[in-house]
Parts: sequence; C-alpha cells; structure tokens
Amino acid sequence: MAKRWLEISVGTLLVAGVVALLALALQVSGSHLNGADGHYRLSALFDNTAGLSTKARVTLSGVTVGEVIAVSIDSQTLMAKVDMHIDSQVDYLTSDTNASILTAGLLGEKYVGLSVGAEEEMLVDGDVIEDTQSALVLEELIGQVLLDLGKN
Amino acid sequence: MLLDSLRRLGEMVLGRLLAIGAALLMLLQSLQVLPGPKGWQRLTQQLYVVGVQSVLIILVSAAFIGMVLGLQGYTLLKDYASEQAVGQMVALTLVRELAPVVAALLFAGRAGSALTAELGLMKTTEQLASLEMFGVDPLHRIVAPRFIAGVIALPILVVIFDLVGVYGGHLVAVDWLGVHSGAYWGNMQAAVSFSDDVLNGLIKALVFAVLVTWTALYQGYMCVPTSQGISEATTRTVVYSSLMILGFDFILTALMFGGL
Repeated sequence: MAKRWLEISVGTLLVAGVVALLALALQVSGSHLNGADGHYRLSALFDNTAGLSTKARVTLSGVTVGEVIAVSIDSQTLMAKVDMHIDSQVDYLTSDTNASILTAGLLGEKYVGLSVGAEEEMLVDGDVIEDTQSALVLEELIGQVLLDLGKN
Repeated sequence: MLLDSLRRLGEMVLGRLLAIGAALLMLLQSLQVLPGPKGWQRLTQQLYVVGVQSVLIILVSAAFIGMVLGLQGYTLLKDYASEQAVGQMVALTLVRELAPVVAALLFAGRAGSALTAELGLMKTTEQLASLEMFGVDPLHRIVAPRFIAGVIALPILVVIFDLVGVYGGHLVAVDWLGVHSGAYWGNMQAAVSFSDDVLNGLIKALVFAVLVTWTALYQGYMCVPTSQGISEATTRTVVYSSLMILGFDFILTALMFGGL
C-alpha cells in the first residue's frame, strides 16, 4: 500500500510538471496551438515606427487580431515597412483601412491599431495598407511645443 | 618560508584538482550501467524523496515570492502610471531568474543536505563497504538513482514554481490591487517568449540540478566517516551548492540574455 502511494505521488509530480509547462507555454508566453494556416499577410509603410518590434500586437477596436512579423526599411521609398499576420477570420478590413502606431500607456509597448474605412473592396493576402499614421515621438512633440512657445 | 607557502599553495591546488577529478570519475562510473527493472523502482523511490517531498516548500515559497513581486512591481510602476506592466515584470523576473535560482537554493537545503547526510551515514556505518563485499557496486546501486532523480526533479519543481509564482502575482496585483486582468495577462504574453525565456530558465534549472545533486552525492560519498565528518560534509554541500548556483547563474545569464 505504501509503495502504491509512492508510485502514484511520483506519477502525479511528473504529470504536474508537464501540465505546468503546457500552462506556461499557453497562458504565460502566449503561444498558440493552431499553426501557421490561420492568417493572411498585410504590410504598411510608415514614416516612423518609433521602435515597433516583431511580435507586437495588431489591434482592431482594441481587440488583438494579429501580430507584427517583420519591420524593415523599404529601399525605394526609404520608409519603414511593417509586415503583419492578420487572423483569417478577420476578412472585413476594407481597402481604405487606416493603420497607426500607438503606445499602451506612457511607457507601455508599441502596437499597431487598425480602423476600418467605408470602401466596398476588402484587403486580401499580400496587400499594402495605404492610409497610415506614424507613431507620436515625444521628443518631436516637445520640440514643436517649444517652437510654438518661442513664437509667442 | 617562501618555499613553504608555495608548497602549501601547490598542495591546495592539487587537492582541489584531485577532488574535481574524483567527483567526475564517481559520476561517470555510477552512470556507466543502464538501470535494470529494479533500477526503475529505486529511481521512483528517490524521485519521491527528492521530488515529491520538496513540492510543499516550493509551492509555498513560489506563492509568496510571486505575491511580493506583484506588490513591489505595482508600487514601483504606479509612479509611472504603468501598473498594467506588472504582469510582464512578475513573469520575466520569475521565469528568467528567480524560479531557477530560488528553487535550486531550496532544493540544495531540502534535498541536497538530506542526500549528503544519508550517504555519509551509510559510509560511517559501513553499509557501503558491506555492499561492496556482496559484490554490489554502491556507485551503481546507491549513487546513480539519486543523481538521476535529482536531475529530473528540479526542472519539474522549477516549472511548478514559475506557474504558482505568476498566479501569486495575479492574486495580489489583479484581485487585491485592481490591475486589469486582461492587461496583466496580455502584457505578459506579449513580453514572454517560450523559447527565449521559459526554455532558457529550464536550461538553468537543469544545470543547477546537476551541480546540486552531484555536490551532495560527492560530499556524502567522500565524507570523513565520523559524526563530525557527516555534519561538516552536510554543511559543505549547502555552502558549495549555493555558491555554485549563484556563480553559474551569472555566467548563464550573461550567455543567454547578456549578449556576451
């Protein structure tokens, strides 16, 4: 009986370890069980991304609908090119959708916010979002304010 | 006078090298033979002793450390109106540093000292010598299952520590101090990467497990077979293990996160 209890408790420990690792993967690091099939790709050109990084959230009305997969420089326009994966259920982004880079709180992480326009046509895999708004850079804002103060 | 001190220095260095060599040989020799069906039973027995019996202390300390992190993080981040980042702070601190290090220190105190004392007493009462008389290799019979059990048990305890700590932080930050639950988990999931943070923490746990169990078994196996010898060996196990955990933690952190 004592031996049975011993074996049961050791087995429980091993199972608890596996379950905890799974919970860490899903709940804490936010990995998803579904693979690469459930999304399509969009890109957008920004004047300034202000340190937007890969894996940043892409949101629509504050709900996460995708993530940033690459940030690079477009060699022709010399603007920042942001590639995003959007969940394939979100198929109602119109072709005049607006993308802007926002900050969660004063020191929070950067994310991309989308807002849908009024066109009939929808964005599909590989499309480029035309209407973009760059991140607010604090230093530029302060510089603007100081300039205005100087004029008065 | 000068020659004498040089001689003592050489003696000390040689002594240390001898001990490291002997410890390595002991480990290799004990792991030479694969465990038979009886070996699995002994492994289960040892997993119970070093693993299951350490769960309670791990659970309690993880919960309190997570709660303290939640509280400290909240008061610190509130000054910058960024208290929703507390989840990210709690999770990264735990997964990268605190869970492997604190769990390994507790493991050294709880399981390592017990292993040393057990082996030391076996040696003092000549149980190890009588095993050899029967033609049973004590390294294979006694040391190997304890080593393997220690190496398996600590990473499991660290994973449990991570999870309980994160929920401890959730309890304080979200349930008591009113941080938004979605912000707590959302910031955490955006910041914690499974391969970079969780797996690197587990690699740390594995390294610490080898260091602690190995030190404990070597100290017990090589202790002076007197009651004072056992007590000194047990003390050395805890002191050496703790110092090695902290030293190796710096090296591993520098390699994994420091960009060295």
